[in-house]
Amino acid sequence: MGGKRKNSESEGMEGDNDGKNSNKKMKKEKTEILPSSIKNKEKRSAVHAKLKHQKKLDKRKKLKARAAAEKRALELGEEPPPKQIPRTIENTREADATVCMPDDEELFAGNDADEFSSILKHDRTPKILITTCRFNSTRGPAFISELLSVIPNAHYYKRGTYDLKKIVEYANNKEFTSIIVVHTNRREPDGLLIIGLPDGPTAHFKLSSLVLRKDIKNHGNPTSHKPELVLNNFTTRLGHRIGRLIQSLFPQDPNFQGRRVVTFHNQRDFIFFRHHRYIFETKESKQSDSKGKKAKDAKDESIAKEKVVAHLQECGPRFTLKLVNLQHGTFDTKGGEYEWVHKPEMDTSRRRFFL
Amino acid sequence: MQHDEVIWQVIRHKHCSFMSKISTGIFCRNPYNVTGICNRSSCPLANSRYATIRDHDGVFYLYMKTIERAHKPNDLWERVKLPKNYEKTLEVIDKHLMYWPKLLVHKIKQRLTKMTQMRIRMRKLALKTREKIMTTPRKEKKRETRREEKAEKAAVLDKAIEKELLARLENGIYDGIYNLPFNKFIETLDTDELKAEDENEEESEVEYVEANFELEEEDDIEDLGMKDYHISNDNAVDDDDDEEVNAVKEKRVRRWSKSAHEKSEKDEPGTKLKKKSRIHVEVDHEDGGERQKATF
Repeated sequence: MGGKRKNSESEGMEGDNDGKNSNKKMKKEKTEILPSSIKNKEKRSAVHAKLKHQKKLDKRKKLKARAAAEKRALELGEEPPPKQIPRTIENTREADATVCMPDDEELFAGNDADEFSSILKHDRTPKILITTCRFNSTRGPAFISELLSVIPNAHYYKRGTYDLKKIVEYANNKEFTSIIVVHTNRREPDGLLIIGLPDGPTAHFKLSSLVLRKDIKNHGNPTSHKPELVLNNFTTRLGHRIGRLIQSLFPQDPNFQGRRVVTFHNQRDFIFFRHHRYIFETKESKQSDSKGKKAKDAKDESIAKEKVVAHLQECGPRFTLKLVNLQHGTFDTKGGEYEWVHKPEMDTSRRRFFL
Repeated sequence: MQHDEVIWQVIRHKHCSFMSKISTGIFCRNPYNVTGICNRSSCPLANSRYATIRDHDGVFYLYMKTIERAHKPNDLWERVKLPKNYEKTLEVIDKHLMYWPKLLVHKIKQRLTKMTQMRIRMRKLALKTREKIMTTPRKEKKRETRREEKAEKAAVLDKAIEKELLARLENGIYDGIYNLPFNKFIETLDTDELKAEDENEEESEVEYVEANFELEEEDDIEDLGMKDYHISNDNAVDDDDDEEVNAVKEKRVRRWSKSAHEKSEKDEPGTKLKKKSRIHVEVDHEDGGERQKATF
């Protein structure tokens, strides 16, 4: 009310002729008042509804204007105005100093010196030992049998009551290159421990949303060819390390004629595992139908125009991993040195990712 | 003054803060109690002459109290460290409790046995690795499942994988394995199929008029005397790769001959059918030939 009086006073100073004008200004100001500050509920909801309607109209107007501009540009043959890029969590990710650039020499030097380089340079062939936690039932064995079909040269050993350290020792003697431990809780696999041997790191993953082969619709059955690997989006130092750990589980000389692909796709720190069979096909178009009647010289053009597409058929399990911790050296809960541990305070921002 | 009987009467019938009555019996919580049972002979408070064994972080001590020190609670208990060896410990106990009541000595030795066994078991268990039971914070779990769902949607996995595979194809990783020029491959397949179809058609349609057809052809030859063309015609049937021009000429001639003969041989309905189908087949051949030329 003070503002109102002041306003009217100032108007009054200038002259009484402008009194009507000042009233109009007052009305304008009223519309700008936040509806939440109005105490009368009926009035408040009315003002709010009006405001909302106005916003909607404005938005529609904006959209129309943009569409019109684009259309006009097309008609005139000009370049259309740049398309707006929606803001996603991925492109508004918090800046991470360890995100690797392709020209990062330090990284490559580090890669050459790390634990997996002997496997990735074909010096050693990967040989995997798969075992479980002490109590294992229902979905655990089914999951393991599918893992065995996914990972070539993997061997399942019953856990018995052996300590994990003893198993590590045994596997070292038998020249295994990695150990995978499937942890089961309440008859449902919920954890995956990957240990690199002989002195590789130990990564503990949380395993979730496991779907077995028989529960996938239209699933295929994998062949015994060595699969090829797709590792997507492992960007940071830690991500590269995890990627190399995963890479070291699979043979480095895939049989491409098997057309099997195993994917580890990292999105927002969740690593999605998928296993597919694929085939390349040319996309069918009208040109291919009239191919036979066309002259020879037209053929080359049609070849250039046709598009190659990949068709996928899912086979094998589907699950999601999330890194819980990464330990330097083999499994050791007491004296182990951790390279990275997930802590609750890391979850405070939904735009902060570590892989 | 130490009056054991008075103390016992008070403890047992009035109140004792160490006593615990449970359904299985009356027990004693006093750490100096040898048996852990609440009775007259094993009560550490109501016995002025008493001995027991206690464990201090894995080391056993023999505790003894006598009536002479009853007025000095500070030095009430005499403590003797017991050796690690079980047999030696028994000897030490025998030596220190030489003239003590036999029942108490027996109880102490029983306790020693029990405690030694317990110590062994504890050490074994300490060496074993055990699974650590973790809490599962419901809030965080729910949050993670929610974020996982959204991340999966954002990933568009199938698209991403297809893209990656196509990139590999372009980079030539699959060269020489199955990176065939698809069009050519499909075309060859098509032509093969067409050929196969042609053969099928011929066979199926030849079946019911073969005799007539041969007769008719012979008639053709005899009437018109175009043996050369007939030969070429045979060739065309055998080889699909025959020249177009030849085939076209042939067709014309044959049509002409057909029209000439139709009137004369109207009484045979099979021939007409046959001829038509025959021509049809030839056109197909031409197509096939052309295609093959186009491909190679």
